[in-house]
Amino acid sequence: MTTELITFDRVDKRFADTVVLDDLSFTVRAGERVTLIGPSGSGKTTILRMLMTLTRPDSGTITLAGEPLFHERRGDTLVAAGERHLRTMRRHTTMVFQQYNLFPNMRVLRNVTEAPVHVLGLEKEEAEERARGLLDMVGLAGKLDAYPSQLSGGQQQRVAIARALAMRPDVLLLDEVTSALDPELAAEVLDVLRDVARTFDVTMLCVTHAMKFARDVSDRVLMFNEGRIIESAPPDELFDAPKQERTRQFLRSVIDES
Amino acid sequence: MTFDWQAAWEAVPPLLRGLVIALQAAAIGYVIALVLGLGFALSRRSHQRWVRLPVGFFVEFVRSTPLLVQLFFLFFVLPTVGIELSAMATGAIGLGVHYATYTSEVYRAGIDGVPTGQWEAAKALSLSRSRTWTRVVLPQAVPRVVPALGNYAIALFKDTPQLTVITIAEVLSVVKAVGAQNFQYLELITVAGLLYLITALLIAWPVRVLEHRYRREVA
Repeated sequence: MTTELITFDRVDKRFADTVVLDDLSFTVRAGERVTLIGPSGSGKTTILRMLMTLTRPDSGTITLAGEPLFHERRGDTLVAAGERHLRTMRRHTTMVFQQYNLFPNMRVLRNVTEAPVHVLGLEKEEAEERARGLLDMVGLAGKLDAYPSQLSGGQQQRVAIARALAMRPDVLLLDEVTSALDPELAAEVLDVLRDVARTFDVTMLCVTHAMKFARDVSDRVLMFNEGRIIESAPPDELFDAPKQERTRQFLRSVIDES
Repeated sequence: MTFDWQAAWEAVPPLLRGLVIALQAAAIGYVIALVLGLGFALSRRSHQRWVRLPVGFFVEFVRSTPLLVQLFFLFFVLPTVGIELSAMATGAIGLGVHYATYTSEVYRAGIDGVPTGQWEAAKALSLSRSRTWTRVVLPQAVPRVVPALGNYAIALFKDTPQLTVITIAEVLSVVKAVGAQNFQYLELITVAGLLYLITALLIAWPVRVLEHRYRREVA
């Protein structure tokens, strides 16, 4: 039986006069790999940022693992979540960012072990063993003692993926993780993510313009436009026979770019 | 007017004693400025308004009033409410608190310079707020402001002559005391000026080294 791990229920978000999410509702099942596509400003990244509690919705409810994300129960009523609730909920999720965001003051190994030791409470040796395994998987076993500034963009992003996986999250959020990379380095990162999708039992939400990657790893693709989902289908169906004209137009423009 | 080299030479030992006292006050004051300034900077970013607002008011108040007035206040007013401190403690605290208001701005600039992505990455890894500050933000913020903090060390040292008003026997006090006896102010002030210059250059040297090292690292 599959269960719904993530639920967006009538979520709205505006930045000043711009509507970013417009009465958005959708669900993601546990273990599902979902790719979010659409033009810039259509709300894809905002969804990931909300799941990571980096951005709050203006209205609506987001539920993660059966618990409201931005609300908590006080008796019979739901109130706005405090920092403690948010911190608890964050444990379900990690995010890999477009700009990697590794900690430049820490070596690679420490970047990966910092949170497992101090958040999950792992012994240092156990965290290092886990980190070594993950860094080996992303092809960076020889870079444990390097600082992020000594690595290429692709290598940094692979460390960021290892760092996220070291937390053993239920949900892995990938926000345009190859957008800042040239095609060759982007391919290395996407190969690593294909491995991750094969190896780890993790729910993945991925914002990307890498359509081949989306087709390879996704169970479902959501096409966004102006803060709404205008089409949702398995990748073969959405890429080969899109129902909406806006989807066809978007896919044409992405293919032209690449 | 002739310059009396003999008088200048004889002025060196008492002026050096004054310099040591000035350096003691400056060193203690600087440590206070570094620690308290960081406290001010962190407090001004607090989510708690009852922390943020009073600290903000205090920092603005101290920064907008003269050090001399603050030294007078600490030395002459505090004893009337039962707080009695030695002249050296008063001087060091006065300098430290005054300069903490400047160093807090330096720290603030350093903290603001840490990219938002670093805070977000810390959040994405569920790091606690204290861990985020101590392991992610401050280790990145502080090195980049070391040169600016070093410049305040020089500025603070150059303000030590103001301690003369609260009876600390630093360099200017020695000039006044010895000058009252021999009236050879030209020689006294010249030697005192040279001592200030040499000391300030010695303080500036490691600051410049750190500045160059940081520029190389970020280049």
